[in-house]
Amino acid sequence: MARSASPRARPTSTRMMDTKHTLLMVATRKGAWLFKSDPARRNWQADGPHFLGHIINHLVLDPRDGCTMLAAASTGHLGPTIFRSSDRGKHWKEARLPPAFSRQANGAGRSVKNTFWLTPGHVSEPGVWYAGTSPQGLFRSEDHGKTWEPLASVNDNPDFQAIWGDDQGGTPDGPTVHSINVDPRDASHLYFGMSSGGVHESTDRGRSWTPLLAGMEVVEGLDVTNMAFHDPHCVRLCPSNPDRLYQQNHCGIYRLDRPGKTWDRIGAKMPKKVGDIGFPMVVHPYDDKTAWVFPMDGTSVWPRTSPEGKPAVYVTTNAGKTWRRQAEGLPGAQGWWTVKRQAMTSDTSTPLGLYFGTTSGELWMSRDEGGHWQNLTRHLPEIYAVEAACMV
Amino acid sequence: MKISMASPLQSYTGGSMLEGHGKTLAELLEDLERRFPGIRFRMIDEQERIRRHLRIFVNDAQVFDLHHPLRPDDEIHIVQALSGG
Repeated sequence: MARSASPRARPTSTRMMDTKHTLLMVATRKGAWLFKSDPARRNWQADGPHFLGHIINHLVLDPRDGCTMLAAASTGHLGPTIFRSSDRGKHWKEARLPPAFSRQANGAGRSVKNTFWLTPGHVSEPGVWYAGTSPQGLFRSEDHGKTWEPLASVNDNPDFQAIWGDDQGGTPDGPTVHSINVDPRDASHLYFGMSSGGVHESTDRGRSWTPLLAGMEVVEGLDVTNMAFHDPHCVRLCPSNPDRLYQQNHCGIYRLDRPGKTWDRIGAKMPKKVGDIGFPMVVHPYDDKTAWVFPMDGTSVWPRTSPEGKPAVYVTTNAGKTWRRQAEGLPGAQGWWTVKRQAMTSDTSTPLGLYFGTTSGELWMSRDEGGHWQNLTRHLPEIYAVEAACMV
Repeated sequence: MKISMASPLQSYTGGSMLEGHGKTLAELLEDLERRFPGIRFRMIDEQERIRRHLRIFVNDAQVFDLHHPLRPDDEIHIVQALSGG
């Protein structure tokens, strides 16, 4: 495949001096908030709520222009839509044609319940965005999110339709297409993850897809060759080395080095009493050996809360050979937190800032790559997604 | 005909009471979409089904069929069916 752009390089140590402020985009079950910092990321101003009462699954700033922001919105009682801002969230307009499946004449086709995931396209395609939906669907916009077209290669793919089933199929809260990754070297090279469906790769801009399942485990007793049983939670491509992907899966933490095709369960090196179950996966923007996870309890009935009520981030700095606990500043007990797959992220400053939001509405941050944590705010609605952008 | 609009959709219409036109419910919804772009998809999904948490009454009768005929003196009530918290 033709690859032109260079992977992201680590900036110089003066990077922080160039940052005017960091912008956090927090999407919740009841609206969205923006948090804007001073250059040192010590003081933060809240701006919100935006879309109070709307379910905002994802709120993303386009890094290519630094201005366009998209919000994936729905409410409990209205159909889904996309809101667009061209001034970083000051004013919003609704998409003219939000993601919607193709209509079937018999009325038995699927309908988009919500857009779940938003990914800006390649730098060479300035108007392109991708959206993943629930139920599973992949959509592309070529006009900065104003109109969206379904990708038939996914949405009408008979192999996928065979595992999706009907409304009773999939996970009860809605199976999703998520983790849409665009190779920074090649606009045609894409990955996505799918609840109950595995990880898939395209090298032809989404015209066709190949599963990447080898090495991934499934729930004991199920057929590992059946893609329906594979449940990636979050897949991230390393910006500094796009041939490396990390994945938090329902069944462990994995790394894949291309052109290899077999995932390596690096979560096996996590402490046994913590395990390697969770939702988010964060990769270092400048170091492909460093990644973070937020483990959750996957025993018995799967509480999916911090193991033993002791929240902690775990980091690897050697591509998964070892993991280190990072919990300074976090509650030492009675912290029964859940962090969803889009609710943990990093900025791009040096030293790196890390952020996560809990389903109990707390927003936490670290200014030193996870060494120390502090609470940024409490009492928000259930946090679904946190994204960060450094404004220069 | 007179339409009373559910509060979640008043960001489109600018108010709760408005006038609309159409010989069927489908035509009325098209009329609303022309005047308030985006509003139809919030009510009707891509398979032409009325969304689960929305109810449409013509006079006092709930209507499920978009081909339901309308008369100029009908009163249309578009209401939300909230659930959960």
